[in-house]
Amino acid sequence: MFKPRTFTPAPPAQSLLTRADVWLLLVLIGLLALAIGAAGSAPETVRGPEISLSLSALPFYALRSVGRMALAYALSLLFTLVYGYIAAYNARAERVLIPLLDVLQSVPILSFLPVVLLSLSTILPEAVAVELTAVVLIFTSQVWNMTFAWYQSLTTIPRELREASSIFRFSRWQRFTTLEFPFGALALVWNSMMSWAGGWFFLMAAEIFTLGERDFRLPGLGAFLHTAADAGDLAAIGWGILTLVVVIVVLDQFIWRPLLAWASQFRLEMIERDDDEAQSWFYDLIRQSALAGWAGSLAGRIDRFIARHLSRHPAPDPYLSVASQRSWLGWVMLAASVVVVGWGGWVGSVLLLSVPLAQWGEIVLSVGATMLRVVTAMTIALVWTVPVGVFIGTRPRAAAILQPIVQITASIPATALFPVLVLALLAIPGGLNLAAIALMMLGTQWYILFNVIAGAAAIPQDLRFTSELLQLRGWERWRTLILPGLFPYLITGLITASGGAWNASIVAEYVVFNQQTYQTIGIGAQIAAATAAGDFAGLFAATLAMIVAVVTINRLVWRRLYRLAETKYRME
Amino acid sequence: MHQAQPKPLVELMGVAQRYGRGARQFTAIQDVNLTIAEGEFVALLGPSGCGKSTLLRIITGLNRPSEGLVRYRGKALEGVNPYATIVFQTFALFPWLTVEENVAVALKARGVADEDARRRAVELIDLVGLDGFEQAYPRELSGGMRQKVGIARALAVDPELLCLDEPFSALDVLSAETLRGEVLELWTGGSLKIRAVLMVSHNIEEAVFMADRIVVMDKNPGRIVAEVPVNLPHPRDRKSDAFAALVARVYAVLAGQTQPEAIEYGTEPGQNGQTRLLPAAAVTALAGLLEQANATDDERDPIAKLQDELGLDLDQLLPLIEAAELLGFARVESGNLILTPLGEAFAEASIQTRKEIFASRLRRLPFFRWMLRMIAAADNQSLRWEVLLTALEPEFPPEVAERQLDIALEWGRYAELFAYDDAEGRFFLEAPVAAVK
Repeated sequence: MFKPRTFTPAPPAQSLLTRADVWLLLVLIGLLALAIGAAGSAPETVRGPEISLSLSALPFYALRSVGRMALAYALSLLFTLVYGYIAAYNARAERVLIPLLDVLQSVPILSFLPVVLLSLSTILPEAVAVELTAVVLIFTSQVWNMTFAWYQSLTTIPRELREASSIFRFSRWQRFTTLEFPFGALALVWNSMMSWAGGWFFLMAAEIFTLGERDFRLPGLGAFLHTAADAGDLAAIGWGILTLVVVIVVLDQFIWRPLLAWASQFRLEMIERDDDEAQSWFYDLIRQSALAGWAGSLAGRIDRFIARHLSRHPAPDPYLSVASQRSWLGWVMLAASVVVVGWGGWVGSVLLLSVPLAQWGEIVLSVGATMLRVVTAMTIALVWTVPVGVFIGTRPRAAAILQPIVQITASIPATALFPVLVLALLAIPGGLNLAAIALMMLGTQWYILFNVIAGAAAIPQDLRFTSELLQLRGWERWRTLILPGLFPYLITGLITASGGAWNASIVAEYVVFNQQTYQTIGIGAQIAAATAAGDFAGLFAATLAMIVAVVTINRLVWRRLYRLAETKYRME
Repeated sequence: MHQAQPKPLVELMGVAQRYGRGARQFTAIQDVNLTIAEGEFVALLGPSGCGKSTLLRIITGLNRPSEGLVRYRGKALEGVNPYATIVFQTFALFPWLTVEENVAVALKARGVADEDARRRAVELIDLVGLDGFEQAYPRELSGGMRQKVGIARALAVDPELLCLDEPFSALDVLSAETLRGEVLELWTGGSLKIRAVLMVSHNIEEAVFMADRIVVMDKNPGRIVAEVPVNLPHPRDRKSDAFAALVARVYAVLAGQTQPEAIEYGTEPGQNGQTRLLPAAAVTALAGLLEQANATDDERDPIAKLQDELGLDLDQLLPLIEAAELLGFARVESGNLILTPLGEAFAEASIQTRKEIFASRLRRLPFFRWMLRMIAAADNQSLRWEVLLTALEPEFPPEVAERQLDIALEWGRYAELFAYDDAEGRFFLEAPVAAVK
């Protein structure tokens, strides 16, 4: 019943913790330790370029931000296609790559920002390092769900279509263009849209970053908004947010909707259906233009060139994941991972041993505090998204009006609003605490809402009629019909949302505002504060604590609920 | 087909296909020897799970057999056979390509220039009678028309060996009948390069109507059990006596004869000897079969007639007949189903009496005797699903064991031999609970 309209996170792994998982975690931690070790030699003071608050600078900033997003997205797409393809076709690689995806997507991306930034700035000119860091950060926020969606569509291609492409002797290229890419296109476009929205969230946070005496900033919309809030310039904040909304709407209308309309021709269903979501006036326009014909013939020429010269032989095997011999590449990877774990482990343990016991206590307390915040944010989000989502999902007419409004609201990255929130809430006691919860909620509630809408729309009509005939009303109706129907969708939404909320804690719990630092108790604040103070041992310990907390919660809570959703609450 | 030794096109020698390793190994087909000669139309017939589709994939080179040799025109087959092509059961058309593109794509893969591929595609679409639909998408076509595209695409590559994988089973009755005639016309017309046709089917009449030779397979493990030549001239008359006699003969081969009880029952899981597999028959469908057989005046009901009346295909009917035999409700003799007095009583009984009859029969089956003893011996007389599954696994491959337990669960629940808690995945003996009430 799941339509590819929603985010596609990798499902939690089947077993609690496999050997592969442990090894992957170790490799990851090793890399982290090495990067932090390198970051120690970064320059002591850094001053970024001044951010102008004049309106004439806004288009330039907007362009710079979009450019960063586009570059990161291009990287994500490339990574997705290659990684997913290898995971789908090589059983040996699959056993490593897919659990790795699960681990990577549960890692707090923002905590990597300072580490990536500092280690890059030791080897690259500062301006390049900062740009690259932003791109890497956006990449890591966009890529995992896209990769998983692509892998999933490759592995679910119907057997007979695979056999047909083999019996008719398709080359790899022809199989890709005729079967694999069309089959995955729709899921890829949906996930790209989601990823792009997630990318804005992190870009807003990544364009300006203060680490103690090091002040990294990039000319862009995020930096503009932050500087405006710093200066208390409400007009500039307004213009900045307006520009952001305009950019987002323009991209949606001129890129994503047309892409979606284009991809909807690749639906697998053999039935005709009208699909409002796949309509795009701009796509209809370019389809009739000369440009479309020109692009089509160019694509045809490229296709013929590759078919003639680069990919001429029939692809070897129609089926997936044939067990293969361990290749030399496998051995190299294994050896490299041993080196990373060994060396990283040594650097890491030196760092960890230097963390005083009192600080460890603080870290544990902080994890608890952040967890409370995440739970609060999720609860508030649930309280409003479930009724609203059910309302929209069960009434097609309301959906037609509300869906676009919700989509535009959801596309405004919460981090762009955050400076405003802080400005408003800092005055009251516990204000930052409130602001932190608000940011977590604002940034992640949409995942839940969209899933609830999809889930409510997927409740079968005959079950709805039956519950009406049985005169189920009020709570009884919710308990027997709506909540069980929503359950799998709610879990999928919550997994994604809570992951995002943990991530957001790093920007939410520690704020530099008007040259003043505000912070509250939390693991995000620990990470940010350690980064600012240049306390690399503390940074490593806190990041490690967050990874362990997130992975543990995934395995202990979400994995169980996900299994329950898959077995007991599946609609067939 | 008995003319001066036609040249063999495909030869299979001692072919077997196994999956898995060690104790969990599962044999899909074994010891298959088969020759398809030039000019022959061969039908592969058998119940589901007998490995006929696997065999087709081995012959076309999509699968490599675990054992044995596949030869094409005397040479060992390496990889996908370039002279063979398949018409698929589910058509396997690319939904995002038009009819014309779907046909042309097969030509492009062989390096035919775009313009030539297009022209040839249009010719073939014409040949199968779809002119006017070149620019339509598969979703705009009916099932029969989609399969015509599948046929046109298969013909596009000028195959020598045309393989049809249950090509008409996803179609409605009328479209299927029309298409059978058209395929035969293409084949007997002789204007194509096709040297032989291999058709996988589970429809006996279809096989007798179309093929020159019927290769009958059986399951557990999949193997060839008989070859029936069909020496009727085309076009064949389904109403002729010779046709009916051949259909009855193939039915008799497939349904077998009811064996003495000891052989039918087999042994308990874990004991020496063959454990009898429970046929995948739903209780309500079994009751439907018995009622239908009981409704006629005749004591002997030809299985072919029953199949017609019930509107089932062979894959659905054979397990029901097997279950009726196993439970002692009916006997099978040379293609006829004969109800026993018990079967007649069941067909006429009330809901509660049916359950009692069913329960008394189940208690005699070694599988259920074993299962009930296992549950009764456990703590609280309740046993987890996984425990029974593990106990079955030395006997059957995992999927088969699971399927067996599923069937046993349905039958046992219906007969109220035991209860099952789905949330906990536990079997309970029904009796103590009933006593408390």
